[in-house]
Amino acid sequence: MSGVISDRVTGRVWKFGENINTDLMLPGHVHAASEEEQARAVFSANRPGWAKEVVPGDFIVGGRNYGMGSSRPAARSLRNVGIACLIADSINGLFFRNCVNFGLLAVECPGVSAEFAEGQTAEVSLADFTVLNTATGKLLQALPIPDNLLALMHGGGIYPVLEKQGLIAPKTKTAA
Amino acid sequence: MGMTIIEKILARASGAKKVSPGDLVVVDVDTAVFIDNAFLPASWREVLKVHDPSKIVVIFDHRAPASDRVSALSHVTGRAFVKRFGIERFHDVGREIGIAHVVVADRAYALPGTVLVCADSHTCSGGAFNCAARGVGAPDMIYAATTGKTWFRVGETIRYDLEGKLAPGVTTKDVFLHIAGEFGEHANQNVEFGGSGLKHLSLNARRTISTMGAELSAEFATFEADDLLLDYVRKRNPGPFEAQYADADAVYKHRRAIALNQMEPLVALPDTVVNNSVAVGRVAGEKIDQAFIGSCANGTLDDLKIAAHILNGRRVADGVRLIVTPGSQEIYRDALRAGYVETLMEAGAVVTNATCGACGGGHMGVLGPNETCITASTRNFKGRMGDASARIFMASPATVAASAIAGVIAHPGEFTKEFQL
Repeated sequence: MSGVISDRVTGRVWKFGENINTDLMLPGHVHAASEEEQARAVFSANRPGWAKEVVPGDFIVGGRNYGMGSSRPAARSLRNVGIACLIADSINGLFFRNCVNFGLLAVECPGVSAEFAEGQTAEVSLADFTVLNTATGKLLQALPIPDNLLALMHGGGIYPVLEKQGLIAPKTKTAA
Repeated sequence: MGMTIIEKILARASGAKKVSPGDLVVVDVDTAVFIDNAFLPASWREVLKVHDPSKIVVIFDHRAPASDRVSALSHVTGRAFVKRFGIERFHDVGREIGIAHVVVADRAYALPGTVLVCADSHTCSGGAFNCAARGVGAPDMIYAATTGKTWFRVGETIRYDLEGKLAPGVTTKDVFLHIAGEFGEHANQNVEFGGSGLKHLSLNARRTISTMGAELSAEFATFEADDLLLDYVRKRNPGPFEAQYADADAVYKHRRAIALNQMEPLVALPDTVVNNSVAVGRVAGEKIDQAFIGSCANGTLDDLKIAAHILNGRRVADGVRLIVTPGSQEIYRDALRAGYVETLMEAGAVVTNATCGACGGGHMGVLGPNETCITASTRNFKGRMGDASARIFMASPATVAASAIAGVIAHPGEFTKEFQL
């Protein structure tokens, strides 16, 4: 786990709607495939080609109940395509767990989807949990993330912690 | 102020006197259920120590018997995990296999008042047993197995009081579709079910509702405990437990009464579950290619019974595939003894072994391009059961059986006037 945690992250916004489900992010036909294949299939049914357009460091801004659906590791696929931060009006509880589990920064910010157009830049402060639209100057208050969960999001999720405690073996190349 | 059922369970499991909405609690996990998907190469991490093997259950269900080489590998990895740590409660391909949440009910692994986790969203199924059962992620499962603990955010609770009795042929799937259609998602909230109508609902009927709690995006879906539940559990699981009851002054965000006698057969339109329910009449006549009855929500003996009642002496329409997947091999055996399987097969249904199967589009009933399916299962998301262009309507097993006969979406009413569970 890195000792230095930046409390401010900035990225270009991709917009998605309400009730974006896990099966769109991680389609069933790649559920048993490698992480790389899973990452290539993100949003292939509703937004073909998107996974190739994303640049590491980009953000997603979504509507209510982002990530509804299954327990599959869809948050890991977002991380693997390079999404640095997910901001949504609300985030599904199970999906939020998997953001913690796999180390994807995920911020719930009521009203955020109405304040951003695609391509604008969002600046998230983790010191006071605010979200700024740099184009419009609009500043929004997000919900705070408890310290221990934020540390997991920043530290790559749960596995590095368990590795450190000797409870699981280090990841091997063939495991991917 | 008092606590709701789920708050009481989480308070007990976290060693706190009281928990309230907004709290983040760390709890002891009583039961950790690993499914075959957990052992897929892209998910599994080699575990070096487990906290307590007696708290772990392993059940192969999503692709069992193995449907391809990757799922076969996941089973090999799972068996090695079971052997390495001496896990006794192991449900491999064979007599005791079934969909994890159904086996959890068959064996009463979900003890009232306890905490159960599994890396599958429909784990909330165990909530019908007054259990804090929740779907978590794969890393949460490995954390629970190795440390014995997990965490939850405590949400506000919506209470549903079920009153009266369902009309013949109307099922708790219709009750769920009513709630999902009327009230939409319940993200980051708990749902709690009780009321004077509970006594008319079998545990199977209750489990359909609790399982579908995942589709409401609820954190937990918990039922009141009654004698029907407690007797069932005591007969099947010798483990200690203490059912939890809501305090008289429990705080609910909303309290809603559901008049069961006013429920009618409903259908969820394709692509999403919530805010998407219509009366069967609205889509009656829609031509179908496949009809499916199964899954952790609708693979119970009650579901097979009503399907057999409707299909008895009738035939599945030409050009329609009816696939019926019992929730567990135990249910399959019960259905065989009751004659349901023969009735279904005579009518033209293909009755498969117990597995998640077609529900998740994994195997045994995957949909092709532009096909239309009516399903009594858990979820109708775009692409879930196969090709992304396929349309998935979701309804009760009665509506699905009636539709299979008609070849188009059809109201079950004319077949169920005499039906009694």
